[in-house]
Amino acid sequence: MRVSYYPGCSLEGTAREYDESTRAVCQALGIELDELEDWNCCGATSAHSTSDFLSLTLPARNLSLADGKGLDLVVPCAACYQRLKVAEKKLAQNPLPDFPYQGQVAVKHLLDFCSQEETLQRLKEGVKKPLSGLRVACYYGCLVVRPPNVTDAINYENPQNMDELMNAAGAESVNWSYKTDCCGGSLVLSRPDVVRRLIRKLFDMAIEAGADCLVTCCPMCQSNLDTGERGLSKETGRDYRMPVFYFTELLGLALGLPGVEGWLKRHLVSPRELLSAKGLL
Amino acid sequence: MTCRAASCYNSSEVALNSKVAEEGVSSLQRQVLSITPDFSFLREVEGASGEKISPCYQCRKCSSGCPVTFAMDYLPDVILRMVQLGLKDRVLNSSTIWICASCETCTTRCPNEIDIAGVMDTLRRMALSEGRAAPAVKDIPKFHQAFLGSIKAGGRVHEVGMMGRYMLKTNLWSKLWSGELLEQAKLGWGMFKRGKLKIRPHKIRQTGEIKKLFAKSRR
Repeated sequence: MRVSYYPGCSLEGTAREYDESTRAVCQALGIELDELEDWNCCGATSAHSTSDFLSLTLPARNLSLADGKGLDLVVPCAACYQRLKVAEKKLAQNPLPDFPYQGQVAVKHLLDFCSQEETLQRLKEGVKKPLSGLRVACYYGCLVVRPPNVTDAINYENPQNMDELMNAAGAESVNWSYKTDCCGGSLVLSRPDVVRRLIRKLFDMAIEAGADCLVTCCPMCQSNLDTGERGLSKETGRDYRMPVFYFTELLGLALGLPGVEGWLKRHLVSPRELLSAKGLL
Repeated sequence: MTCRAASCYNSSEVALNSKVAEEGVSSLQRQVLSITPDFSFLREVEGASGEKISPCYQCRKCSSGCPVTFAMDYLPDVILRMVQLGLKDRVLNSSTIWICASCETCTTRCPNEIDIAGVMDTLRRMALSEGRAAPAVKDIPKFHQAFLGSIKAGGRVHEVGMMGRYMLKTNLWSKLWSGELLEQAKLGWGMFKRGKLKIRPHKIRQTGEIKKLFAKSRR
């Protein structure tokens, strides 16, 4: 199985472990990632907040690069995914002269791609170290699911596919009501107080649901949660030390891949203690 | 005889709930305004966003689901009502339009299928073109400028460079005084040690194409 791969800017920096674990897991599942050559930033929130033109043309250039290959375009970042998806739908109606696009690219988020029947089956067959006893709260965030007319998500209020993946890897996903609540996204730099209040709710609810950790599919969610715990503990006096994983890291762990320890070293809140206590590391 | 419709279209008393932060606690303050509705702003916003705002009947589903109302001065449904009534200054000077995190919950749930998050984008762009941003949210457009500046320079966002650009645009003294700068520096060091900060930017080959887009966007 071969697909085009659009990592997005975060995966070259703050979310390196997401890129590393994505590549390793895809290789193990027989998915060949063909990185889009010379891809550019999707523009994210900053483009659509300030310029209609840039919010469409920046992702359009990437779609144009991917066009004609006849491959799905797989995107691990939720924000990039949503921006590319918006462009995919708009260009189908009104093509742009600067970026010829035949509409032959199906943009898919990595999570949706990995939870397709065929990939899920391969995962089940490949599990070497089931994540027994690990209680995970699957946190989807906003942009893989919303708005559904852009993302084509079916269960947009209560998505299930990350839970299915985690259960297939042997973990136990908990029921909780904050799967698709917002982490504050890019407000983390300009209004950190807002982000702290949002992530506090997420951690409190995950703890109340009995989860050992949170699992994400978006570099902004993971980063806001993982880097925010120190400040949150300081502000509230409560010790927040819940590990926040990318779903690909836990899949890699279950598949027994060699790179896992290297990915986990990049977390600010180390998951080592938790995984050792569960006998998984 | 007072015709209800006439009173509605000529001048009317409008109650607006605005949240005012007092000593860190938000309290609801009810304001009664006497206004003459003016539909030119409504038409302007509907034209720029491509969204019909007139069907909004203030069911408040958007405000009920919005995760960031605690930091807003007007609730999202009030913003829509004020657009309907032509209260342009209040809308474009509000913190709400910038605090909106684009989580798209309102857009997803609106029974009238108004893309409310999309309308917020339009309002932000209008505020920006007129150089407006409420003091409580003035750093948010600065962040967007720094982010786009980084894309323009290399085609991709270089996080370290973008954060530097952003910091220089903000009031560094107040950040130093409040301890925020120190916290950011500690966090940055923690991320650097873990190999999460890429020091050198990666420029794409066709940066010219990106620069052309930025030039066109200003036209």
